[in-house]
Amino acid sequence: MTNPIETDVVIVGAGPVGLFAVFELGLYDLKCHLIDILDRPGGQCAELYPEKPIYDIPAWPEITGQALVDRLMEQIAPFKPEFHFNRMVAGFRRLDDGRFEVTTDEGELLVAKAVVIAAGGGSFQAKRPPVPGIENYEGQSVFYSVRRMEEFRDQDLLIVGGGDSALDWTLNLRSVAKSVTLVHRRPDFRAAPDSVNKMFALNETGDIRFQVGQVTGLSGADGQLTAATIKSPDGEIEIPCTRMLPFFGLTMKLGPIADWGLELNENLIKVDTEKFETNIPGVFAIGDINWYPGKLKLILSGFHEAALMTQAVKRLVSPGEKVVFQYTTSSTSLQKKLGVS
Amino acid sequence: MTKITIVAFDGTRFDIEAENGSTVMENAIRNSVPGIEAECGGACACATCHVYVDPAWAEKVGAPEAMEEDMLDFAFDVRPTSRLSCQIRVRDEFDGLVVQVPERQA
Ligand SMILES: Cc1cc2nc3c(=O)[nH]c(=O)nc-3n(C[C@H](O)[C@H](O)[C@H](O)COP(=O)(O)OP(=O)(O)OC[C@H]3O[C@@H](n4cnc5c(N)ncnc54)[C@H](O)[C@@H]3O)c2cc1C
Repeated sequence: MTNPIETDVVIVGAGPVGLFAVFELGLYDLKCHLIDILDRPGGQCAELYPEKPIYDIPAWPEITGQALVDRLMEQIAPFKPEFHFNRMVAGFRRLDDGRFEVTTDEGELLVAKAVVIAAGGGSFQAKRPPVPGIENYEGQSVFYSVRRMEEFRDQDLLIVGGGDSALDWTLNLRSVAKSVTLVHRRPDFRAAPDSVNKMFALNETGDIRFQVGQVTGLSGADGQLTAATIKSPDGEIEIPCTRMLPFFGLTMKLGPIADWGLELNENLIKVDTEKFETNIPGVFAIGDINWYPGKLKLILSGFHEAALMTQAVKRLVSPGEKVVFQYTTSSTSLQKKLGVS
Repeated sequence: MTKITIVAFDGTRFDIEAENGSTVMENAIRNSVPGIEAECGGACACATCHVYVDPAWAEKVGAPEAMEEDMLDFAFDVRPTSRLSCQIRVRDEFDGLVVQVPERQA
């Protein structure tokens, strides 16, 4: 275990709401660390609809998902938030001194005075393709990401999908795998044109094989894959393979937070509407992840929740201190923090 | 109002009076047709409202646009007349339209 990182607030999730919480908490001198399983900020906005316009962000008649995230990053920059990307929040416990210890799946240890869960629809995780029996091969022959390329050495590898991950790994794993077959349901790809051209060139020379079709079944025994059945335009075919990497996008799962002892309402965390605190004092939940009567899963609701949560966190962290409400337009002390005066 | 029919995977037929301008997905949800999940709420950002358009209607309904075609990559058992039902808007010419729900969504 590494030395613990000590901070005021740990925010679980770097979606739009987690990001805006940095701003509100920052105005009250509260320092934040954010953890997200994704490799960049923005949550659903960045992952699911970066190029789609949103029309209901106050004062932005139209702004794309990615632009909103970029603006938020700009807005919170003065508070120097620290990000821990590609990390799943795993463990959680209350320490004897009242603070909280949060651990990640990579073994980092963070100690904070308050925890803000802004986990949205849950952590993004690879989607399991709807192939019957695939779960029997997961972890042994079927993988959803490449942690070490060596795991694919001298294997007959089947890669399934039509996005950048599928194309990139087809090109990269070719050098270690015995053979690489790429299966996609159509000859058009959602990947960078350059990778697609490279892939087609390698297919021409026989270095890899590209097959149009959809995986409908797997064969093998004891978790060891031997072949995949493909429904292709020319009928059903079998492709021998010992490893499979399906890339079917991401889905959201609540994950380890479900075991923290939080009171849930259908996978959403129950909070009050004054502080947005959970049943565990000191642990707050804002944005899509929370539930209260009348809850709307809107970005603007999450922003409001962040502002109110901050008042409660400030009182918790600085007991006895008067929490002064100020406007950013007129308070020179807030403007100093923002670096504008 | 336009009459459309959504056939669930088990063969149950849902004959629906659909409002013009509404999507087939919205009508499926309103009538609790099993097998249409519509996780993203109609933003063409998931593939859980996948349907097969009856071949007799395929030409009239038309082919998916590029964004929808991309999303269909995530659907299960995609066929030549596959569409995402949130992208099919009901209009007068669709009177009698029949779509079928697949065995499962992604
Ligand atoms: C297609 C689409 C269109 C939309 N359009 C609109 C719109 O027009 N207007 C509007 O207001 N809203 C819209 N929404 C909803 C809006 O995107 C959400 O309300 C918003 O993203 C919620 O923000 P959040 O920060 O609470 O959660 P999210 O954006 O879901 O972010 C949560 C983050 O937490 C991370 N996370 C969760 N658990 C863990 C864990 N254990 N470890 C590590 N990381 C974790 C996730 O990986 C994720 O990045 C739309 C949503 C979709 C899908």
